[in-house]
Amino acid sequence: MPEQRKAVALISGGLDSMLAAKVIMDQGVHVEGINFFTGFCVEGHTHAIRAKDRAKPKRNNALWVAEQLGIKLHIIDVIDEYKDVLLNPKHGYGANLNPCLDCKVFMVKKALAWSFMEENGFDFIITGEVIGQRPKSQRKDTMPVIARESGADDRLLRPLCARHLPPTLPEREGWVNRDALFDFHGRNRKPQIALAERLGFEDWAQPAGGCCFLTDAQYSAKLTDLWQAHGNREYELDDIMLLKVGRHLRPAPNFKLIVGRELGENRYLEGYRKQFISLFSTSHNGPLVLVDGDPDSEDLTLAARILGRYSQGRSAPSVTVKINRPDGQATELAVAPLDGHEIPQEWHVGGA
Amino acid sequence: MSAELETLDARGLLCPLPVIRTQDRVKGLDPGTVLEVLATDAGTIHDIPAWCRVHGHELLSIDEFEEERSQSQSIDEGYVRGGHEIRIRLKVCG
Repeated sequence: MPEQRKAVALISGGLDSMLAAKVIMDQGVHVEGINFFTGFCVEGHTHAIRAKDRAKPKRNNALWVAEQLGIKLHIIDVIDEYKDVLLNPKHGYGANLNPCLDCKVFMVKKALAWSFMEENGFDFIITGEVIGQRPKSQRKDTMPVIARESGADDRLLRPLCARHLPPTLPEREGWVNRDALFDFHGRNRKPQIALAERLGFEDWAQPAGGCCFLTDAQYSAKLTDLWQAHGNREYELDDIMLLKVGRHLRPAPNFKLIVGRELGENRYLEGYRKQFISLFSTSHNGPLVLVDGDPDSEDLTLAARILGRYSQGRSAPSVTVKINRPDGQATELAVAPLDGHEIPQEWHVGGA
Repeated sequence: MSAELETLDARGLLCPLPVIRTQDRVKGLDPGTVLEVLATDAGTIHDIPAWCRVHGHELLSIDEFEEERSQSQSIDEGYVRGGHEIRIRLKVCG
């Protein structure tokens, strides 16, 4: 009986990586999944925050896929290491701040390091990549770049398009049968859907607009604004999480407001009251507003008037706003809410 | 012999961080240990049990504590981000 070979599969939660893993499992290989959390993953976050979505929390698709496949899934926190990928992408960005090719190199490299570090004796790595599927990272000429720069070389197998690529080590060694792999290419999803049906899958995730906030124009604009305002491109997890929450308005270069849009967001933002100046109305229902930056007292009056605009007191002559500082000091102001036309579109960071 | 009880505070973290913290903590625990995870993200109600199933750990219980508070009350009375506290107990299996 030949030794059972072991493969680590990059599992995003989408269809392609699920199929790739299944195809290799069906060849008798022991497969375990790995999934990376960069901080920019769309997965679940906004659903976790918004009150209206809390009643039906979204499943974690990577875990769901692992469960369908019956494999272990290791979720790895790469928030800190990912900064270098985002800030210094050797291969540049896609349409927005998405460093897709560098990201894929990074993930394969991490999967490789993990499989050795764990001393689990994994033999090769699988991804669900398909040539021509993504304009930046999944092209015929980028496939060898990922294999080479990650250090995985011919231990990187793409089962869904393997027959368009030179045979890898697992194929040459007979650990997997190349003839049972696929030659998918391009953006057409029909071959994957047909394969999914053939393999007995009835359900799979179809992430609208991808699974990474960095591919989103509005999010990228907010991140660019944050970097400009801070004067450098450093960021912490809290910074990038807050970009996913609320309405962001920048009335002046020295401060930005994050305005909760509903109860769930207000509650989430409250958790940052020890880090930011926060405002809320004591006279009317309304949002919680965080102030990021270095506002003076006039700026805070303007912030209070903007808050008034987004509160139920928007038509009242005056709303009372409490301003809390992170050190616990608080003041109250009575202000006239701004009219809608007094909030120019350019204050809305990212156009939202 | 009573099982040891370990606790993990994952309150204020959004998924998948509570799952990652659970996974990392369980790595250092002996089989038979009971781990209690405190969380506020409702996603943990699905994700931690799913994680237990794929790794073969035993889910013992899930308790939820929903507090009804008005916005101004919650601000003045101190706050745990997320507002909704969840307590999940699992038993580490070998």
